[in-house]
Amino acid sequence: MKQVPQKDAPLKLNEAGTWIREDVSYEVNEPDAFALEEALRQKEKHSGEVVVVTAGPTRAQQVLREALAKGANRAIHLEGDGFVGLDAYNTARAIAAAIKDEQFDLIFTGLQSDDYGYAQTGVILAEILGWPHATIIMQIEKNEGGIRVKRELEAGFFQFVDMPLPAVLTIQSGINKLRYATLIGIKQAKTKPMRKVTMEEVQAALSPNLQKIEKMYVPQKSKNTEFLEGPPAEVAKKLVEKLKNEVRVL
Amino acid sequence: MADNILVVVEQREGKLNRVSWETIAAGQAIAAQAGWTLEAAVVGSGVAAIAGEVAAKKVAKVYDVESARLEPYTPDAFATALKQFLEKHPAKLVLMPHSYQVRDFVPKLATALKTTAISDVIGFKYEGGKLLFTRQMFQGKFVADVSFAGAGPCFVTFQNGSFRADKAEAGAAPAPVETVNIDVPDGIVRNKPQEVFKEAKQAVDLTQAEIIVSVGRGIKEQKNIELAQQLATALGGELAASRPICDNGWLPMDRQIGSSGQTVAPKLYLALGISGAIQHIVGMKGARSIIAINKDSEAPIFEIADYAVVGNLFDIVPPLIEEVKKAKA
Repeated sequence: MKQVPQKDAPLKLNEAGTWIREDVSYEVNEPDAFALEEALRQKEKHSGEVVVVTAGPTRAQQVLREALAKGANRAIHLEGDGFVGLDAYNTARAIAAAIKDEQFDLIFTGLQSDDYGYAQTGVILAEILGWPHATIIMQIEKNEGGIRVKRELEAGFFQFVDMPLPAVLTIQSGINKLRYATLIGIKQAKTKPMRKVTMEEVQAALSPNLQKIEKMYVPQKSKNTEFLEGPPAEVAKKLVEKLKNEVRVL
Repeated sequence: MADNILVVVEQREGKLNRVSWETIAAGQAIAAQAGWTLEAAVVGSGVAAIAGEVAAKKVAKVYDVESARLEPYTPDAFATALKQFLEKHPAKLVLMPHSYQVRDFVPKLATALKTTAISDVIGFKYEGGKLLFTRQMFQGKFVADVSFAGAGPCFVTFQNGSFRADKAEAGAAPAPVETVNIDVPDGIVRNKPQEVFKEAKQAVDLTQAEIIVSVGRGIKEQKNIELAQQLATALGGELAASRPICDNGWLPMDRQIGSSGQTVAPKLYLALGISGAIQHIVGMKGARSIIAINKDSEAPIFEIADYAVVGNLFDIVPPLIEEVKKAKA
């Protein structure tokens, strides 16, 4: 799971123009929330445990606390500011190094993050671990040989895929309905185990990023946007005038 | 490494995905600026006809990369085949569309080759001998110029609509086609895909609608959908939505616009309370006119809007419905 800036948080560039200023509100990356929910549902169906993992600064611990409050059994925090700037290849390698002694049957990730939007970390992790994967998953059922998953394809098409375990799945938003943490869950979360992993512990698995953000900036408008202002009644009149004379649909 | 670019076109069940022409156009543009050679490849089983189709474009060569194990599509077979191919035919840049299929195997392929994929790219710059790829960050609130380091190949996937398919130039004469047979060994393919299907019958074809009123998270509650419906009815248009609305079951899935829903290009797209996440924008940026109403002045939807209203949709839509009715009366 990943912590990302809140959806409607106003973001500002840092002075170097390479990243955002970090003084914003954060929340859990939305597809990751669905991935956690799916893991909890699978646990409720088949028993076992759910372990949540995140990589990020101390603030990212909030994501893990919330996950523990919702029912995850334990957490692993790759903690450090250095994890923020890793490309997807390095993030996946850091996670692989941190979980090398674990015995998971399934690893879920959200299909992509709202900050970088690489849509790659889960698939790369599968390749590093040597596991099969499937992406953009909308349903997971256990079957004889492993699992049957429902992949979302483009333009309203779907496909079922049978695959063996262990496997990595990237989860699509909307696969389930998210739960809220209960008061008792929040209380219990405080005593659940959280293992911290430092950058030093996984450094050997990493190498310099293969892609680098040279410059980040506000996109240049490709269109000349006209802002219509005024009280609602006036704006409505202006819009209808545009619909008549410019858009020509009235 | 040779200074060449390889475009891997996409086929599904033996049919070329038209978005591949956009990737060809991107490849031609980079090749022209950097002075590199452009080649193309199609990967599949019995896809020579597609290779022939691609050979009509201005490319130096087309490879028909064949194995019976490439049909049906699996990430294991595709990554294995392309890895073998690229080890024999090195390329500096490998370009593909940022489709769901490519997203499924490219990170695996790049990792197997110990390199990286710059994903969901919307443009490129060639400055002082250095290639930079532009991609959106933070859901389109920013863009970043990204450079590639390493031995390569560098994989780049292009967002739908970033280049124009009709800009893909035809060649003076058909390019040569070389068939490359790949051996995908037993045991490589672990996933067993079943038939592709559509969930429910499409009740509405939004691609044919001239006017679309579309709602996003800003509509807040299911009962407020009615307000948007009234506006759509007044305008004589269809109602559509961004993904979260359909995920909530407030509107059926066949009214969803975006990468996982329908791609539309109406005369008018009126976006109510839609922030404009990339996955939504790719489904509607082809609209002739876009009107956006959103309370967040920094919403990315305003980047592509022709007319923008920063404000509460619940204040603006009711008088708008009345004005539209008056105008039509």
